[in-house]
Amino acid sequence: MTSTLDEPAAPAGPPGIDPATLHRPEGSVDVPIQLALFRQMVRMRKFETRAYDLFMENLVKGTSHLSLGQEAIAAAFGEAMEEGDYTFATYRGHAHTLARGSSMTGVMGELLGRSCGVLSGKGGSMHLTDVQRGVMGSYAIVGAHLTIALGAAWSAQYKGERRVAVAFFGDGTTNIGAFHESLNLAAVWKLPVVFVCENNMYMEYTPIGAVTAVANPAADRASAYGLDSILVDGNDADAMYLTAREALDRARNGGGPSLIEARTYRSSGHSRADPGTYRPDAEVAAWKAYDPIVLYRSRLVARGVREADLDAIEETADGDVETATVNAKASPAPGADVLMRDVWADGGSSWRN
Amino acid sequence: MAQLTYRDAVARAITQEMEHDPNVVFLGEDVGGAGGVFKATVGLLERFGPERVRDTPISEQAILGAAMGAAMTGLRPIAEIMFADFFAVCWDLVANQIAKSSYMTAGQVSFPLVIRSGNGGGLRFGAQHSQSVENWAMAVPGLKVVAPSNPTDVIGLFAAAVRDPDPVMFFEHKGLYSSKGEVPDGEIVDTLGSAKVLRPGGDATIVALAAMVPRAVAAAATLAERGIDAGVIDVRSLVPLDTQTILREVSATGRLFTVEENPRLCGWGAELVSIVAEECFNYLDGPPLRITTPHIPLPSADALEDMAIPSIERIVTTIERAMQS
Ligand SMILES: Cc1ncc(C[n+]2csc(CCOP(=O)(O)OP(=O)(O)O)c2C)c(N)n1
Ligand SMILES: [Mg+2]
Repeated sequence: MTSTLDEPAAPAGPPGIDPATLHRPEGSVDVPIQLALFRQMVRMRKFETRAYDLFMENLVKGTSHLSLGQEAIAAAFGEAMEEGDYTFATYRGHAHTLARGSSMTGVMGELLGRSCGVLSGKGGSMHLTDVQRGVMGSYAIVGAHLTIALGAAWSAQYKGERRVAVAFFGDGTTNIGAFHESLNLAAVWKLPVVFVCENNMYMEYTPIGAVTAVANPAADRASAYGLDSILVDGNDADAMYLTAREALDRARNGGGPSLIEARTYRSSGHSRADPGTYRPDAEVAAWKAYDPIVLYRSRLVARGVREADLDAIEETADGDVETATVNAKASPAPGADVLMRDVWADGGSSWRN
Repeated sequence: MAQLTYRDAVARAITQEMEHDPNVVFLGEDVGGAGGVFKATVGLLERFGPERVRDTPISEQAILGAAMGAAMTGLRPIAEIMFADFFAVCWDLVANQIAKSSYMTAGQVSFPLVIRSGNGGGLRFGAQHSQSVENWAMAVPGLKVVAPSNPTDVIGLFAAAVRDPDPVMFFEHKGLYSSKGEVPDGEIVDTLGSAKVLRPGGDATIVALAAMVPRAVAAAATLAERGIDAGVIDVRSLVPLDTQTILREVSATGRLFTVEENPRLCGWGAELVSIVAEECFNYLDGPPLRITTPHIPLPSADALEDMAIPSIERIVTTIERAMQS
């Protein structure tokens, strides 16, 4: 994660993307919100960097999927969403869960399989859920949660609540049937749901272009469902935030669903300790130079924010990550009492008398 | 009391529950305007309106996903999967999502929803529109599984399913839709996990489900004429499973026969036989026997399908032979 001195100057837009195709939302973002966005991204980055270290120490078992490099998207929605809104995330959902205000200790504890985990260790890294904060789950079967988000949006519509459901997913997800079923039904029922495709250019290890009939896997499909084609710079926290606001307002005001394709890049591997060697070096370097946090920091400084204020945000995040790590490590492994619990709503698991 | 078809009992059950609770909503393909492909949901759209009775596109995953998301945010949805065979295209939602999410989230979410579906054979529809798939559902922790055999149970068990806080797979038998029964007036609410002794028996116990129940009852009548006093239990609910009623009856008669429409391997009867073997072995006078469809896909021609699914005659001869040996 350390930057080198001979790094190329940051490009003006996302590498390899014609800037003219990008959605330029109207309006501007106030400094307090910009600071909140910066804080969100820094917390995500530091948390996941630590999670990777703990994975390498074999303290995080099984698997973990990081969204390093993609933080601007989760951060923007975290700030733009309202308290009652619903988040539906994927197995790559640490950032989206933290974005809604979940406790770092709860998330870290879940990654470590400890009692303090937000799911008592029963879900793990791929299933983070925090219903009290609107995180309705993280789903590990590609595409499923887009259909589930429909239901949350439907219930808000049915009850006349002004809530919006937001489903995050990857570029690869646009090729599974559930994506198309969801887009169609959302459009037909005019549901208050926002579909956010985080196009990081790879489905696992395969470049998305090699397996997709169109260049922009989500945006180019939008018209098939009567939706606007929205391609946005997913590494620009301001553009993301404004785009999120537009889509959320539209859904909240009865305008129906939106499909947003955010162009981004994951700077780490797909999962676990994947070194990502299937990606060209030049591509990795170009996107590294277009890191959303580095970009945003210079933008804020250029706008007159004091470096010291940004440093303080970083230090606080460091402290929070450290506290979460210490708490999680100190937390005991879950006991046998939770093993047989919660199959049913009454807390039990009995299937016979 | 009124004579009602199994089909009309479905509509009455849904009506009863939608009237009972405004959070009950209903969705599926052709369920509203068309009244259902089996005409089991006629009149619901007119009565409850398009907000509560929603016709969907052919999108089984979206139907079940919408039901799941609605259930976890305060509604009590009823979703229809037209033919139970179609669960194969949306099993992710059933087996991975709906069934597991309460456990995986340590109880943060629960799923008060019912998925109803036309199950079973006998209508000459061939291998992809005739399967009995209740044991697919039974094999997945986190699902309750119900299969009624008569109109009164359709209403009572359906009401129990809708009011239950957990996901219930409600298997209606396509071959029973036109069957009739006496149904009490007024609200009917039964309990899940209660088997029913339809006929006490001294010599043998026949345990059956759904369309096999009337066949088991008819077989027991014939057996009685031939001097074998066989009792019949309608399992009604596979999960939760009323093992106490079954163990009690089998312990008394010493013989267990299951009648299952599903193909042979891993049918619900295999689980029952294993429970009986483990828990009342010493009361048995002979080996438990399973009468099932052979382990083949169901054929279409009436002559062939009738050979495959357990018939009254096959139940009678199997039990008679076993009791004589
Ligand atoms: C139905 C299904 N098929 C395959 C997988 C295995 N798998 C997990 S993540 C993944 C790649 C998904 O790519 P994308 O949607 O672009 O999301 P990203 O991982 O890049 O965030 C695959 C194939 C799965 N979990 N579910
Ligand atoms: Mg991807």
